Amino acid sequence: MGALQSAPGQPEYTDLAEKTGCPRFSPCVFSVSFEQIAVLHKRFKQLSHNEETLRRDHFEKIPDLACNPIRAQIIGAFFDKRNYRQNGEGSVEEIGFEEFLVVMSHFRPPSMHFTEEQREGIRREKLRFLFNMHDTDNDGTITLEEYRHVVEELLSRSGALGKETAKSIADAAMLEVASISMGHMEPDEFYEGITFEHFLKLLDGFEIESKMNIRFLNMDTATMCK
Amino acid sequence: GAPLRLPLRTGSGPVLLLLLLLLVSVGSAIHDAVSGTNGTNVDPHHQSNSSGTKKPFPVLSFNYDHVRMPFEISLWILLALLMKLGFHIIPRVSHVVPESCLLIVVGLLVGGFIKAIGEEAPILDSKLFFLYLLPPIILDAGYFLPIRAFTENMGTILVFAVVGTLWNSFFIGGMMYGVCQIESAQLGAVDLLSCLHFGCIISAVDPVAVLAVFEEIHIHELLYILVFGESLLNDAVTVVLYHLFEEFSHAGTVTVGDAFLGVICFFVVSLGGIMVGAIYGLLGAFTSRFTSHTRVIEPLFVFLYSYMAYLSAEVFHLSGIMSLIACGVMMRPYVEANISHKSYTTIKYFLKMWSSVSETLIFIFLGVSTVAGPHAWNWTFVIFTVIICLVSRVLGVIGLTYVINKFRIVKLTKKDQFIVAYGGLRGAIAFSLGFLLTNSQVKHMFLTAIITVIFFTVFVQGMTIRPLVELLAVKRKKESKRSINEEIHTQFLDHLLTGIEGICGHYGHHHWKDKLNRFNKTYVKRWLIAGDRSTEPQLISFYNKLEMKQAIMLVESGSGAKLPTTVSAISMQNVQPKEAPRQRVIPTISKSREQEIRKILRANLQNTRQRLRSYSRHDLMIDPFEDNMSEIRFRRQKVEMQRRMSHYLTVPANRQETPPVRKVCFEPEHQVYNYDAIAIESPRGRDSRPTPSSPNDVSLLNESPQKPNQSSTTRAAGDVELRVKTEDEQEEQDQLKLSRCLSDPGPNQEGEGGSSFRS
Repeated sequence: MGALQSAPGQPEYTDLAEKTGCPRFSPCVFSVSFEQIAVLHKRFKQLSHNEETLRRDHFEKIPDLACNPIRAQIIGAFFDKRNYRQNGEGSVEEIGFEEFLVVMSHFRPPSMHFTEEQREGIRREKLRFLFNMHDTDNDGTITLEEYRHVVEELLSRSGALGKETAKSIADAAMLEVASISMGHMEPDEFYEGITFEHFLKLLDGFEIESKMNIRFLNMDTATMCK
Repeated sequence: GAPLRLPLRTGSGPVLLLLLLLLVSVGSAIHDAVSGTNGTNVDPHHQSNSSGTKKPFPVLSFNYDHVRMPFEISLWILLALLMKLGFHIIPRVSHVVPESCLLIVVGLLVGGFIKAIGEEAPILDSKLFFLYLLPPIILDAGYFLPIRAFTENMGTILVFAVVGTLWNSFFIGGMMYGVCQIESAQLGAVDLLSCLHFGCIISAVDPVAVLAVFEEIHIHELLYILVFGESLLNDAVTVVLYHLFEEFSHAGTVTVGDAFLGVICFFVVSLGGIMVGAIYGLLGAFTSRFTSHTRVIEPLFVFLYSYMAYLSAEVFHLSGIMSLIACGVMMRPYVEANISHKSYTTIKYFLKMWSSVSETLIFIFLGVSTVAGPHAWNWTFVIFTVIICLVSRVLGVIGLTYVINKFRIVKLTKKDQFIVAYGGLRGAIAFSLGFLLTNSQVKHMFLTAIITVIFFTVFVQGMTIRPLVELLAVKRKKESKRSINEEIHTQFLDHLLTGIEGICGHYGHHHWKDKLNRFNKTYVKRWLIAGDRSTEPQLISFYNKLEMKQAIMLVESGSGAKLPTTVSAISMQNVQPKEAPRQRVIPTISKSREQEIRKILRANLQNTRQRLRSYSRHDLMIDPFEDNMSEIRFRRQKVEMQRRMSHYLTVPANRQETPPVRKVCFEPEHQVYNYDAIAIESPRGRDSRPTPSSPNDVSLLNESPQKPNQSSTTRAAGDVELRVKTEDEQEEQDQLKLSRCLSDPGPNQEGEGGSSFRS
C-alpha cells in the first residue's frame, strides 16, 4: 500500500497507521489504532465488493446516504486530493484503502492527554476538512456563490421555499463573516470570500474538536508515534 | 440583573427588612386577635337585630377573618419579593453570597422574630411544597432545558442519577448504621431500615438548590447540564426508594422478592412518569394548533397541561418531576411553532416569575421552619452525617466518572469531576421528604441532621463554589449569541456525521437522531403544527427568529441610538459580487400602474389614522402611532430605519404570502408605525422629486401579513406593495432599498398633492 519512510527505532507499524496519524503541519501523538484499521478495512471490502478501489458509484449505492441532503459533498470529500494530507489538489476517480482511511481519520476525537497546541492542530485539521467541502473550486476562498450552494443543499428538501430563503440566509451569513473578519469596510471595497483564516475565526467558539467525531473511532488508542 | 447603585440608600435594605418583619408580625397578631374572638363572630352580612336593642349602623367595620388566608399568603409573597429586591440594592453582598443563603438567613430572622413575639411560626408544609412551590421551578427548568446538550450527555446523566443516587443512599445508610452502633452516641434505637430510609432522603441532589447556585456562576453548559440533569432524573430513584423503605419499615421484614419488585417499581415509576408527561405534552401541542383565534389564552394551555401532567403522575405515585420535564420537552418545539410571539414572551416571563417566587419562598420557609420545628440535636449523628455525605459524593463521582469516561468521546477532566461533586447540593426536597416521615421517635433527629446538611451545602458549598470556579479556571458559559453561521454548520455537521456513519456502517448516535428527525418531520409535525409552519425546516425558522429579533432590536433602539457595532460598517454591497454598470435599482412601472398606486395610497393614507379597531378587553390591541411625534422626527427616524433595515433584512417577498396563521408580526412594541414609501419613481428619473415646500413624509412599512380584520384599503395597499416587490425580484433582492419620499397629500392638501404627481 505504498512505501513510506518509517522513523528509525520504531517497531513495525503499518504504513497506514503512521500515515493517518501524522499530518504535516502538527506533531502527531496518536493515530488510528490497529483494531480500527481492521474494522475499516472490512468495511472497505464490503463497500467495494472486494475490489481494490472504491469509485463514486460504490458510495452512491449505500442506502443510508440516499436521503442525506449533502450526499454529493460527502462523497466528493472522499475523492478530493486535498484531504489526503499530501498537499495535493484536484479530485480523483477512484480511491484505495489508504485514502479511505486518511479521510476517515479526520473524524477521530482528540485524546484527553493532548496539550492545547495539539488540540489546536486537530481543530485546524477538522476545520480544513469542512473548508475543503465548501470550497469546491479549489481557489482557497469560499465565495458567496459557493456558500449559497451549501445552504441550498442543506435546504434542498424543502422545495421552492428553500431556494429563495437559502439565498437570504447565505447572504446574511456572509455579511456576518465579513463583519467578524474585516470589521470595517469602505462602501466600495469588496469582500472576496471566506479565506481559511476567516473560517477559523468564524468557528472559533464552535468547539469542533468535540463535535466532529465518530464514536467508534474513539476506542482507547495506544499512542503510536512519539 | 445589575444591582442598582444608590449610594445614598445603602441603609434601605435593613429598613425594608424591619418594615416587613413588622408587617408579618402585625399579620400574625391580627390573626391571633381574630381567632380569639372567633366564637362570637357572625357573618357580617347577616347581622341580626333580633335582640331588639337597635345598634347604630356600623360605618366602619372590621372583619379580618374573611380575607385571612389570601391576605397572609400575599403578605408572605410580598415579603419574599421585597427581600429579593432589597438584596440587589445592596450591591456588595449579592456578589459574595448567593441569594439562596441570604434568603435562608431572612427566613431565620423572620422565624426568630415570630417566635419571639410568641406566635407559632408556619412550617414548610410538605403538601404546600410538593403541590404548589415545586412545580413552577421544575416546569421552568424543563421547558427551557437545552435539549441538545441534554440528549448528548443522557447516558452520563442517567448513570450519575440512578447509580450515583443508589450508591449514595446505601453508603450513607450503611455508614450511619455503623455510626449508630457506637456505644457513646446513645443511638441504639435507630435500626438499619431507618438509617437506609434516612440515607435515601439525604442522598438526592436537589434541583432547586442546584439551580439557585449554578445560575449565578455561569458555568460551562456541559457541567451545568450534568449536575442539573442528575438532580432532575434522580427523582425517580428517590421516589421509589422512599416508598420502598417506608413499606418495609411497616412490614418489618425484607425478602428478595420485595427487592425484585422494587427494581420493577423503579422502571414503572420512571417510564410511567415520562409517558404521562409525554401524553400531556402531545395534547398540549395539539391544542396549540387551534389557538390562532384566541391568542390570549395560549400561555394558559402550556401551564395547565404541564401542571396536570405533574398532578396525574403524583396520583399514581409516579415521578412527578420526570413527568413535568417530559411534558415540557415534548410540547415545546410544536407549541413554539404555533403560538404568537407575544404568547411566547408571556410564557417565558410567567415561568421565570413563578419559579423565582417559588424559589424565594422555599428558601425563606426553610429558614423559618428551622427556627420553628422541634429539634433533637445529636452531635455525633449530625457531624457524621455531614462528613459521610461529602465523602460518599466524592467517591461516587470519581468512581462513576472512571467508568463513564470509557464510553465518552469528550472525557470528563478532574476539574469537571470536582465541580460535579461539589455541586451536589441538597435542598428543600430532602427537608420535605424528611418531614413526611412518620416515625416520630427518630424523626426530629433526622430532620435536624437533614437541615444541617442542607445548610452546610447551601452555605458553605454555595458560597465557595464561585471563587473555586474562578480559581480553577473552569470554562465559563459562552456569552456570544447563536449566529447564523454556527447554525448552518451545526446542521451541516449533523448531516455530515450521519453520512459518515452510514459509510462506515456504524449505526451510532447520529444515525438514530437522524431517523428520529425524519420521523418527526414526516408524521408528527404535520399533526401538531398548524398551517405552513409544519414543513418549515429548522434552519429557516432559526433564521426567521434571528431576523425578527434584529428587527425588534432595531426599532427599540429607536432614533439615533447605537447600532451593534459589529455590523454597522459593512453592508450588502460589500459582499455582493460586483456587476458591470449598476443599473438603476428602482424598477420601472407603467404609468397607469403608477397612477393606480398613487390613488390607492392617497385614499389609504387618509384612513390610516382612523384605523383603530373596536375596543375589546379580550383583544390584544395594537395602537398605531398617533399624533404625538412631530413630523420631522418621524421623517428622520424613518430614514434611519430604512438605512438600517436594508442592511439586515433580506426577507424575500414570498414569505409575506404565507397564510395569516403565521404570526411573525413586525409591528413592534414601540408603535412606531412607519409607513414606507413604495419605491416608485417615474421613468424620467429624479424629476418628480417632491416639492420642498411640503415634505410631509408618511411612508408605509407593511412587512407583516395582513390581519384578517383590517380595512380593505390597507389590504389593497399591502397587496400593491407585494406586487411592486415581485417586480423587484429580478433585481438583486438584497440591494439597498432606495425609497423616495412621497409627499403626503393629506386630507386638506388634496389639490396640491394631486398636482405634484402629474407626470
